[in-house]
Amino acid sequence: MATTLNIPLVRSGRQHRRRRAAAVTAALAVVALCLVVVTMMVGSYYVSPVDVISSVLGIGSDPTNDFIVRDLRLPTASAGLGVGIALGMSGFVFQKLLGNPLASPDFVGVSSGASLFAVTSIVILDASSTRISGSALIGAVLTSFLIYLLAWRGGISGYRFVLIGIAVSQFMVSIIGYIVSRAQIYEAREAMAWLVGTVGQAGAGELRTLLVALLVLVPLALALERPLRTLELGDDTARALGSRVEASRLALLAVSIVLVGLSVAVAGPIMFVALIAGPIAQRLAGSAGGVLAAGLVGAIIVLGADLVAQQVLPTSLPTGVVTGIIGAPYLLWLLATVNREGRGG
Amino acid sequence: MTSHDLRAQNLTLGYAETDIVTALDVEIPDGRITVIVGANACGKSTLLRGLARLLRPRAGAVILDGTSVQDMRSIDVAKVMGLLPQSPVAPDGISVGDLVGRGRYPHQGWFRRWSAEDDIAVAAALEATGTAELEDRNIAELSGGQRQRVWVAMALAQDTDLLLLDEPTTFLDINHQVELLDLLTDLNRASGKTVVIVLHDLNLACRYADHIIAMKKGSIVAEGAPADVITAEVVTDVFGLACEVVPDPVSGTPMIVPRGRHHAAPAVVETLA
Repeated sequence: MATTLNIPLVRSGRQHRRRRAAAVTAALAVVALCLVVVTMMVGSYYVSPVDVISSVLGIGSDPTNDFIVRDLRLPTASAGLGVGIALGMSGFVFQKLLGNPLASPDFVGVSSGASLFAVTSIVILDASSTRISGSALIGAVLTSFLIYLLAWRGGISGYRFVLIGIAVSQFMVSIIGYIVSRAQIYEAREAMAWLVGTVGQAGAGELRTLLVALLVLVPLALALERPLRTLELGDDTARALGSRVEASRLALLAVSIVLVGLSVAVAGPIMFVALIAGPIAQRLAGSAGGVLAAGLVGAIIVLGADLVAQQVLPTSLPTGVVTGIIGAPYLLWLLATVNREGRGG
Repeated sequence: MTSHDLRAQNLTLGYAETDIVTALDVEIPDGRITVIVGANACGKSTLLRGLARLLRPRAGAVILDGTSVQDMRSIDVAKVMGLLPQSPVAPDGISVGDLVGRGRYPHQGWFRRWSAEDDIAVAAALEATGTAELEDRNIAELSGGQRQRVWVAMALAQDTDLLLLDEPTTFLDINHQVELLDLLTDLNRASGKTVVIVLHDLNLACRYADHIIAMKKGSIVAEGAPADVITAEVVTDVFGLACEVVPDPVSGTPMIVPRGRHHAAPAVVETLA
């Protein structure tokens, strides 16, 4: 039997998949970085790409450029990058864990839970920026816990999780409405602007928290990608392969929930990014593409959407309006095809 | 293949409030094909999942080579024993080669990623299941029979001495059922792999099993070689089915002919009466 083994076929197939994923991921990283630079170039005052890079690296010679790039535009650009990576990665992990393309954190209520807590702390507690981060994080964790508890029937089915998540999401949204209606007019306007989601409003404290968290959580998510690749085959298969299902799933959920909570604290609930980033990354990079590619696609969507919202459209809009315009048709398409193929359950 | 000793002692398994398998003792013959049969909800799949360490026993233990599987690391169990569940999930857009390669998980680690040994195991699994030419195809494009062979290939790539399969023929037409069971027999004969299969079709079970286990309400009613064990009385007891057992014209193994209420020829009714 050994003589007929077609090892070159197996090796070349595997290498082809790996190279494609690596090349696509690298290309996505380049595009994301270019968008970061472009975000810092354009605006009411144009800065050349060379000046942007030298300002960011601290070797610029023009104090005006330094001020515009580092103080005004760098926060927005790094918020776009960080929020996009966080949303893309967490959406990918949720969809894989629950085996359902609808199961992204913004769709199943994790984002709305984070929003509820953040809005409450803005409107009622008049909280400082670290408090807003903290409460969004607590909101994300508590909401996920609630959904998990309600969806648990001796195990988690993706379909039930999604349905209960949507219900919880609506519940949170209605409480948000109540809280906003109780607020002073100025606070209400601030909360409403925040609720659409935009990267330009990032507070320095929340942003720093997110970026530091990413330094820890991105490597952790990459390390957890190996068990994730067994979990997406179903719990029984994963266990039979020797994967520690409960521990891995808990760790993956925890990483994703923290990423969602912190990104909501920075930019508000920017809708649809977590929903569409994973499938796009998978389409581009193939099945060997993973959580990093999804994060980079998320960053490209957020940065691109913010550029469109700020520069292309006649009046500057929140980022979430543009991602909504891209995401809503995708969602309709997804609902149509999922039902047709019977993958919803 | 090294020889292994897999047995259950006083094993009780269940979900939520109900016990499905109660105080069961069984020994899986090494290097043979064992088939577990029984009516729906008799606990045969539950027993298989328990043996594969997918369920924590309520009482008793599953013993693999002298150690309770609950005391072993999951990855060490997975190096010796593989399981193909009833309904494994194929991720969207995954190719055959990628899916089969995931069977190598227990042999890899954080620092030991892909090796030449993994390529050999995957190539051997594709070869054995006749799926090598599908290597770069998307799972979603395959027919049911091809897809099932790919799943078996993934379980084979795991390269375990024991292979457990939960109703692997369920979604296959009769031709592909026979093809898959022939394939499992080939594997057993060629390498001495111990195979345990949960099957619905009694006639196929009798033909392919070296050792058959008939279960009813969470307990074993009869076990042994099909020719010794499968009688009309046992089938009636296990399935509640009035039937005749005749020799299979091809293999000589027991073949079950259900009586039913309508179609017996008058001459036959005479002789049966």
